[in-house]
Amino acid sequence: MNTSVRNTALFAFVGLLILGTGIVQGWNSALLILNMGLISAIMSLGVNLQWGFAGLFNVGVMGFVALGGLAAVLVSMPPVTEAWAAGGLRVIAGLLLGAATIAAAIYARSHMTGRTRSIALLAILIGGFFLFRAVFDGGVSAVEAINPASTGYLGGLGLPILFSWPVGGLLAAGAAWIIGKTALGLRSDYLAIATLGIAEIIIALLKNEDWLARGVKNVIGLPRPVPREIDLQRDAGFVERAASLGLDPVIASTLYTKIGYAILFSIVLIILLWLAQKALNSPWGRMMRAIRDNEVAAEAMGKNVKARHLQIFILGSAICGIAGAMMTTLDGQLTPGSYQPLRFTFLVWVMVIVGGSGNNFGAVLGGLLIWWLWVQVEPLGRGLMELVTSGMADGSSLKKSLLDSAAYMRLFTMGVILLVVLRFSPRGLIPER
Amino acid sequence: MANDTAFHPQNDDKMTEPFLIGDSMTGGYGKGPDILHDCTISVNRGEIAVIVGPNGAGKSTAMKAVFGMLDVRGGAVRLDGDDITALTPQQRVVQGMGFVPQTSNIFTSLTVEENLEMGAFIRRDDFRGTMAQVYDLFPILKEKRLQAAGELSGGQRQQVAVGRALMTQPKVLMLDEPTAGVSPIVMDELFDRIIEVARTGIPILMVEQNARQALEIADKGYVLVQGRNAHTGTGKELLADSEVRRSFLGG
Amino acid sequence: MDLLNSLIVLTNFVLVPALAYGAQLAIGALGVTLIYGILRFSNFAHGDTMAFSTTITILFTWWFQSIGANFGPLPTALLALPFGIAITALLMLGTDRIVYRFYRQQKAKPVILVIVSMGVMFVMNGLVRFIIGVGDQNFADGERFIFTVREFRDWSGLEEGFGIRTTQAITVITAVIVVALLFWFLNKTRTGKSMRAFSDNEDLALLSGINPERVVMVTWLIVAALTTIAGVLYGLDKSFKPFTYFQLLLPIFAAAIVGGLGSPLGAIAGGFVIAFSEVTITYAWKKVLVYALPDGLEPSGLAQLMSTDYKFAVSFVILIIVLLFRPTGLFKGQSV
Ligand SMILES: Nc1ncnc2c1ncn2[C@@H]1O[C@H](COP(=O)(O)OP(=O)(O)OP(=O)(O)O)[C@@H](O)[C@H]1O
Ligand SMILES: [Mg+2]
Repeated sequence: MNTSVRNTALFAFVGLLILGTGIVQGWNSALLILNMGLISAIMSLGVNLQWGFAGLFNVGVMGFVALGGLAAVLVSMPPVTEAWAAGGLRVIAGLLLGAATIAAAIYARSHMTGRTRSIALLAILIGGFFLFRAVFDGGVSAVEAINPASTGYLGGLGLPILFSWPVGGLLAAGAAWIIGKTALGLRSDYLAIATLGIAEIIIALLKNEDWLARGVKNVIGLPRPVPREIDLQRDAGFVERAASLGLDPVIASTLYTKIGYAILFSIVLIILLWLAQKALNSPWGRMMRAIRDNEVAAEAMGKNVKARHLQIFILGSAICGIAGAMMTTLDGQLTPGSYQPLRFTFLVWVMVIVGGSGNNFGAVLGGLLIWWLWVQVEPLGRGLMELVTSGMADGSSLKKSLLDSAAYMRLFTMGVILLVVLRFSPRGLIPER
Repeated sequence: MANDTAFHPQNDDKMTEPFLIGDSMTGGYGKGPDILHDCTISVNRGEIAVIVGPNGAGKSTAMKAVFGMLDVRGGAVRLDGDDITALTPQQRVVQGMGFVPQTSNIFTSLTVEENLEMGAFIRRDDFRGTMAQVYDLFPILKEKRLQAAGELSGGQRQQVAVGRALMTQPKVLMLDEPTAGVSPIVMDELFDRIIEVARTGIPILMVEQNARQALEIADKGYVLVQGRNAHTGTGKELLADSEVRRSFLGG
Repeated sequence: MDLLNSLIVLTNFVLVPALAYGAQLAIGALGVTLIYGILRFSNFAHGDTMAFSTTITILFTWWFQSIGANFGPLPTALLALPFGIAITALLMLGTDRIVYRFYRQQKAKPVILVIVSMGVMFVMNGLVRFIIGVGDQNFADGERFIFTVREFRDWSGLEEGFGIRTTQAITVITAVIVVALLFWFLNKTRTGKSMRAFSDNEDLALLSGINPERVVMVTWLIVAALTTIAGVLYGLDKSFKPFTYFQLLLPIFAAAIVGGLGSPLGAIAGGFVIAFSEVTITYAWKKVLVYALPDGLEPSGLAQLMSTDYKFAVSFVILIIVLLFRPTGLFKGQSV
């Protein structure tokens, strides 16, 4: 079987899985899986760019995805004018002071020497910190005091939410730049640990900085890029067309919006995939892989390995940020408490490895397939457990705990899949050419 | 010291051949190209054999091949008449071979004494006597025995490396550039020590960058060029050979 | 101004907790650093392995409690500890056999092993939740305090006091014993020295006849003991929750890297550096300052540099500073 036939067959297989889900479990579930699958495919495209092209080990995917989610809020929600009036400028001034402190410290570090430098640095950092807190804290409490039950934050720019997708990419790129600057060029595991750390910190920021995006109080009701179901159901024309297709208007409206999302996501995926393929086959992509395969030789040939790595690290993270903004758009809400590293970072890695690291199509396939599995393993596990426990007396504690534990089957399964693929087919389903 | 066989009772069928020989070895690293081509090196009982040649000639590779650190595709390695081609390096240590590699030949974070102990790792008997002998041979090591080996000078490190290899009481010692990176005075000193070791009856197969001096103490010399035996002879013959002098000894 | 009371408040809220936490991190980091030194990869499954070993110990603790076995004033978990270690050791040896050994023989790049450890992490994660669920488990029993704040105040007649919980004392004492044993083992025994030799120069260790598989096996056994001890001590001192243990990965790695990956001494130093920084930076200093500063200069706010929600940021920032200025860590690890 030649490779393109094989690859088409693999994609067709995933398509069948989703179609089958539609037939067995309903089209609503199938579209839900498809939509998150498309987003997962984008994330895994981003990680594949870093790992497959450059051998960079990023385990902070969750953080970049969450930054995308933040972008969705900051771009699309209406600004809270009272909050701005109460303390918005003060918050901004505080942040600027903080940034100025860091800039001053960096300047002092590069323009001074010896003991004076240490003293100056210490003075700048300590003085700057207290100044920042003095200005910033007051602003924050003023902002958070404004109608805390429904706002208590600064709000966003009130722009269409689609703008947040590129903005999410930019935010993630900024964070990636900071991490990359420090941790690239050192051992590969250092980057991993640094990214793991930054992801935790980003989530901590989202959970605790209420003035920014309401923290764990969540921002709900984000504007949507596709019509709301309710609006469709009220639209006489839509109800009529649905009826002519023999569909219930409620079902028709949910399918309609989900298909709308699916189309939008597919467009983004196709654009990114096209760009990634272009990049892979460009001289730049070849150079990246040359560096990945032999860093020492590439360095000896005068390639600036660290700068190239920084580039690709930023690009890959930005793609994760875009996917994050898309995901929050799909959810219609930002819930910082729901970001789990296993779900958002490590699962994406399973997608890349299973799909085929170094191959963009592999990454996309892995994203769709593993997402489908992730969703389906739980009901499958539950079914299995029900079968196992069917003989036990109702209400026995063992039965209950076995049934409860079905939820954790998927972590276990994903781990086993990852290990098996790494061992027996380390190049993945669609290997790098 | 030539043909001094007092330490090893002669044994007729085994005397027909050198104590250790890498015979017509052909091979390279992993799946890479062949580096050695039909290359033979050997050392007789009680003798010193020296391998010289330009950088990249394959001297270290030949030593590693003899020690089993790379697979030879052709040829054989025999120790005291026994074919040991299939043995792993560890098994060769047990068979009585000692090897001091060219690079990373000491445990830098371990003390000098611990380095020697690790040299004796395969020994289950009391090795304090051997350690005392090594300290007698290299008195400076005794002085520094509790210091991390990585903190020693280049020449002292080489002594640790040789001492480590001696701890197994090897029947043959292989040294890859024992005098690399040491000053001329220390080098003379090291050569003296090596001759001393050889006098105790341990045959020595060594690679040397300082060809002239090394050939002066050598019973047998090999000149390797591009993985092949270019010249072979006694140390004196090679020193006298005009072509060897012109190409490798700088006139 | 009342420096004595200020010092006592400081002891109660900063020194004692940080000492205990530092000891836990240090033992955790020792495990990471040993694996790094011998097997040469950063083990991402470490946090979840800690969770697994603690889970097993908790199960044994419950069992002991149910049959009425106890350890007097000490927590029953200490009785269960050897069982936890034994089962964890079996699990680790099994994991090495079916997972890691293959890559070792292939001489796979370290980063591949890191990814493999990620797979192991998933499996452990599922296993732990399978066995004990995701919730908080408090399994400390026995005497809660060695002496309480009130007892100290009554005894000393001072305004302020400090107390020491049993678990804190146990943590520190255990840590001292563990570290002493480990260093004795590494520096004085033949096997320990061969481990250090292997970590220092693998090729030369092979040439010296050191058996790598044996070194690896001993390493896993030691690491099993270290992870179980670290996990149980942390669980006794705080409480056990699987996700918290995953999150401990960051401070533990930070500790190991700050000290210098591969250096046991560094791991211990790193553990305390991270713990003390985390506690001092997230502690509200108001009470200490009220005593320490002259009248009229007391701070108006809590005098807290950072909210405790950002404690991970502290490990992270220290990590970044070390990476920027001294990538080999305080004690010159093997890295870069
Ligand atoms: N580990 C290795 N893997 C692949 N090739 C190697 C390896 N070590 C050496 N080579 C190659 O083998 C050839 C011979 O190298 P070798 O180290 O044997 O030379 P040498 O004679 O010892 O040189 P020198 O005098 O510089 O020590 C060189 O071309 C080198 O590039
Ligand atoms: Mg050489």
